[in-house]
Amino acid sequence: MKQPKQIDAVIVGGGPAGLAAAVALFDHGIENIIILEREAQLGGILRQCIHDGFGLTRFSQTLSGPEYAQRFIDAVEKRRIPYLLKASVLEVSADKTVTAATRDGLMQWKAGAVILTMGCRERTRGALAIPGDRPAGVFTAGVVQAYINLYNRMPGKEVVILGSGDIGMIMARRLTLEGAHVLGVFEVQPYPSGLPRNIQQCLLDFDIPLHLSHTVTQIHGKSRLTGVTISQVDDKMQPIPGTETFYPCDTLVLSVGLIPENELTIDAGAVLDSRTKGADVDENYQTSVPGIFAAGNVLHVHDLVDFVSLEAERLAASVAVYLREHQLPCCPIPVIPGDGIGHVIPQHISGQRDVSLSLRVNRPFENAAIVVRQQGRALCRKPLRKIAPAQMLELTVKAQQIAPEQALEVSVE
Amino acid sequence: MTKEFTCIVCPNGCQITAQWDGSRVGEISGALCPRGAAYVSQELTAPKRNIATSVRVQGGVLPLASVRLTAPIPKEAIFPALQQIQQLTLTAPVEAGTVILRGLLGYDSDVIVTRGCEKA
Repeated sequence: MKQPKQIDAVIVGGGPAGLAAAVALFDHGIENIIILEREAQLGGILRQCIHDGFGLTRFSQTLSGPEYAQRFIDAVEKRRIPYLLKASVLEVSADKTVTAATRDGLMQWKAGAVILTMGCRERTRGALAIPGDRPAGVFTAGVVQAYINLYNRMPGKEVVILGSGDIGMIMARRLTLEGAHVLGVFEVQPYPSGLPRNIQQCLLDFDIPLHLSHTVTQIHGKSRLTGVTISQVDDKMQPIPGTETFYPCDTLVLSVGLIPENELTIDAGAVLDSRTKGADVDENYQTSVPGIFAAGNVLHVHDLVDFVSLEAERLAASVAVYLREHQLPCCPIPVIPGDGIGHVIPQHISGQRDVSLSLRVNRPFENAAIVVRQQGRALCRKPLRKIAPAQMLELTVKAQQIAPEQALEVSVE
Repeated sequence: MTKEFTCIVCPNGCQITAQWDGSRVGEISGALCPRGAAYVSQELTAPKRNIATSVRVQGGVLPLASVRLTAPIPKEAIFPALQQIQQLTLTAPVEAGTVILRGLLGYDSDVIVTRGCEKA
């Protein structure tokens, strides 16, 4: 292997976060950078998200996923930012050496900063431990999406969907439009896990029933799926005996959650947050390893790509400062999720500047407020008529409000 | 009579209520922005949707190019529209942004390529 190349920043992953970070970094004057992408094209998951609804915040118009991605790919091309396709990063070390398997063999970079934008992957049947046979015909929603939208393959005709995540609902509509029959969407929780607009435009529009507090308790079929048993669950999400119903189907689509893809992050020695399953970061999106940064779905799963782009751009601004000054302000103040909060990003702040907090609630609330407190004193309050865990919320805390050295606690009141 | 809607215009998904006497739209409330009222009025009088699907591509790196409509069409036209779009075949290379069908089913809506496809 050749000597590692010296470089200002390596961006691991050419999806929406990586593209936005690269463009913003370049515009901050950091031009000696490279994007490493393991697929044959840039764009990440957006390439297969052909439905519209992207870009409302960012571009004030509704675009499909590929169009949204193309705007950032065009920006990368215009600036001639180098990128390498079919390059799979194998290791990011704590000294910021990045090793990748590429078409030209193993390559290494010695970077001033490493930007982790690997995105997330889907939870699978294995993670759910559904009992029963192991036939063909059980797919995650993203795999079904790739089959239909990229490879022109129809996964089945009679479809049951487990989980009411947004991708699951979007695939319920897509499968229906392509001639499949979707028997229903079943959600183990007592509330939907996707956005209300998708319940309307993907399910109600096509008379697809949504059953809350239900789950698959048995998978049937030898070589191909022949059906699933669905049971109602109680308030502890345990199946209620006697409620079993058999649904004949040839396809089961799982839309049961996304997990940030953090193998490289862990290997680099960065501390993870057990709530987000992503890195623990400060207000600069810097992980616990100095010079290694993370943003986008690898950090925490977002609801909208528009917020991924914004987060990656905030990261890029910090990375530019880090590369010029070789350090960033110390961030000793922890941000703690309190009652009703699922997670908060960032986990640490300096208290020296205004900070944008991204968070999710852990259950639905009505007529409540998100409140940020320091030792009981309210710094910021955002009233909301309706809040669901499906939505990511952002709120800004002003620097002048923050007292030094006391933890910030965010909760629903 | 009072009707309830979930707005689909943006991810906020506002819960909107509207008064409706069967032919005229009355008071609309619950929307965070003016687009909500416009959506509900349309929903009560002539509901429309945009659709996204794919078109077959010959000689490309992928067998498909993705498409959407430049303007929403009446809800009841969704399946006839899909049938017409599925009859199209393109030859690679196909560029994003290309209009491949004008005035779909006579509506003021075109079919536009959203993900192009390079030649294999």
